[in-house]
Amino acid sequence: MSFAGDHLLGLDGLAREEIEYLLESAESFREISAREIKKVPTLRGKTVVGLFFEPSTRTRTSFEIAAKRLSADFVSISGSTSSATKGETLLDTARNVAAMNPDCLVMRHGSSGAPHLLAAEVGCPVINAGDGAHEHPTQALLDMLTIRDKVGRIEGLDVAIVGDILHSRVARSNIHALRALGARVRLIGPPTFLPPVARHWGEVHHDMAAGLRDVDVVMMLRLQRERQGANFLPSLDEYSRYFCLNAERLQLAKPGAIVLHPGPINRGIEIASEVADGASSVILDQVTNGVAVRMACLYILAGRARVAAVEERQVV
Amino acid sequence: MSDQRLLIRGGTVVDPANGIDEERDLLIDGDRIAAVDTPGQIPDPGSSLDATGCWVTPGLIDMHVHLREPGYEYKETVQTGTLAAVAGGVTAVACMANTLPVNDSAAVTEYILERARLTGHARVHPIGAVSLGLEGKHLAEIGEMREAGIVAISDDGMPIADAALMRRALEYAQLFDIPVIVHEEDPALAADGVMHEGQTCFHLGLKGMPSAAEEAMIARDLAILEQTGGRLHIAHLSTAGSVRLVAQAKQRGLPVTAEVTPHHFVLTEEAVRQYDTNAKMKPPLRTSADVEEMVAALRDGVIDVIATDHAPHHRDEKNVEFEEAAFGIVGLETSVPLTLQLVRDSGLTRSAMIEAMSARPARILGLEAGSLAVGMPADVSIIDPQHRWTVQLDGLHSKSKNSPFAGWDMVGAARATIVGGRILWPQEKGTE
Repeated sequence: MSFAGDHLLGLDGLAREEIEYLLESAESFREISAREIKKVPTLRGKTVVGLFFEPSTRTRTSFEIAAKRLSADFVSISGSTSSATKGETLLDTARNVAAMNPDCLVMRHGSSGAPHLLAAEVGCPVINAGDGAHEHPTQALLDMLTIRDKVGRIEGLDVAIVGDILHSRVARSNIHALRALGARVRLIGPPTFLPPVARHWGEVHHDMAAGLRDVDVVMMLRLQRERQGANFLPSLDEYSRYFCLNAERLQLAKPGAIVLHPGPINRGIEIASEVADGASSVILDQVTNGVAVRMACLYILAGRARVAAVEERQVV
Repeated sequence: MSDQRLLIRGGTVVDPANGIDEERDLLIDGDRIAAVDTPGQIPDPGSSLDATGCWVTPGLIDMHVHLREPGYEYKETVQTGTLAAVAGGVTAVACMANTLPVNDSAAVTEYILERARLTGHARVHPIGAVSLGLEGKHLAEIGEMREAGIVAISDDGMPIADAALMRRALEYAQLFDIPVIVHEEDPALAADGVMHEGQTCFHLGLKGMPSAAEEAMIARDLAILEQTGGRLHIAHLSTAGSVRLVAQAKQRGLPVTAEVTPHHFVLTEEAVRQYDTNAKMKPPLRTSADVEEMVAALRDGVIDVIATDHAPHHRDEKNVEFEEAAFGIVGLETSVPLTLQLVRDSGLTRSAMIEAMSARPARILGLEAGSLAVGMPADVSIIDPQHRWTVQLDGLHSKSKNSPFAGWDMVGAARATIVGGRILWPQEKGTE
């Protein structure tokens, strides 16, 4: 099995085998980051361009480290230094970058579907590093890798995703991955974050206690503070009263259940410090796995561009 | 040149205003209909048009069109928009007021009519703004615009949030016996939504516009109408709930009429799946259950009119992130085949189709049109219901090509479009 797509825009619609292939590739790259010399020449001479139209520290850093450990050159353009503020369109920016012959584009954008627009226009692979409320595929892959590592499998697990599902690209990508890999998904949050259609994707719970009962994995989502201004919730305080994952609530999960969070965490709002820093938390393992997952994605997509180019030369 | 006589022979006359739906020959004398008779009864005046296999109908009227002139000539002009109209079998359009400047004064109304006289193909009937600058605050000088030639008032594109303004508009418009055309959308509920709020929207991570945003405004305006009287015409219904509200209001005898666009009875929210910005419009494409309700409401006559909401946008306004893209699609050149699909597959009679596309819009707007009675202006559409063609964007006559129907195989097209006795489609070579 391999990964068939030209781009990694999302996990929606990927076959189980494709996701497993990405995870297995990531596993094989993990060892490089544990070496003393953390660099292999795999992507030497390749250029990876990061287009970050939305602020991102950890995802950008993770991609940059991944690219550099594979010996690719990594150039990153952030929202504030790009032409977006000068009124240039996304496609014009992309065409200009594409004209410099990158081997792979990594894009973070605040607008759902923006990477699809980019992928249709440029002639190189595009990796979605988060688009609006749509998808964040590498985050979900690193979450899957972490769960597989810690629990040993994903098939048959009960996984609860807690928080602002409506606005969360992390939730969407994870839902697609978990369903493809055979886990049972529960979605927990207030009805303002869980419209009626959410039931097509998982068992919906508005009561944290009922939702957490006997789950193997708890995935917490970051609460965006601006949601209280738009009346999705009356206050952060009231949100944490009902949906903060504290030690007492975590007791309801299966013994040995693990807790994930994509970060950055809001201590005391969606997750209590006792849980974030406790034995169940695998938050830092997620970060470590993030580098391996992004190495795998870059290897598969940027590496393929080389194969195509070589074949083209041979034809000529 | 209009003092000639033209015989249209061999076709089926579909003229619901006069209860005719059978083979008839039709004679035009100058700019008027001179005779309608059984085949072979009218002597050939020397000039004739063979309509065998075609429908001969009163000129189609699209009462919801954006011609973009003045102000947005890079999207469309009176010339290109009315050429698209006649190419689509449409002999008259009513054009919305959201131009630049807004059509909220007699000067702008007169300008549009002047452009139509100088450059137009189909007839042009301007719609005036309800409020100055479409700002939803102060009534525009409706009387002045009426005298200049408007046929209705509407703040289309900008829903009237202020219920008191809505009330006064319905009252004041009665002075001139013109309808108030409303774009029903609660601005707070629709907010910054970009597509129908439902499963696809949740899936794609886009912001939604709930059905309730449309239905709540319709319910409000029907309640106001019940008190004020006047004439309310609800533009582009899109939800099953809206149909239900209109049906109930009609049962109570309220003076309300309603329209639907072809895209709302053909497409669903699924068309957005690949973030296609040509599937982005207001109201948004809804669910298959809503589409079924639109078709049923057309059959039952709950929905009176088919109009396209022809909304040209430049490619640069569509070739951007979905959330940034302009709302709306062009429709003048695809409405006939899309509606014919309902006649073939969904039990809409051809007479009901022509009623919704000609007779009723004429009645609602008070136009001397929509009928092939002797003495009426000779606005005639000749429709070939069998003609097969494929939508190619380059082949569209509208200046903008923002259509979600690119590549669709269509059945049915305008064979000829006659306005005031003159054949304006197909174009003679060299007249373009």
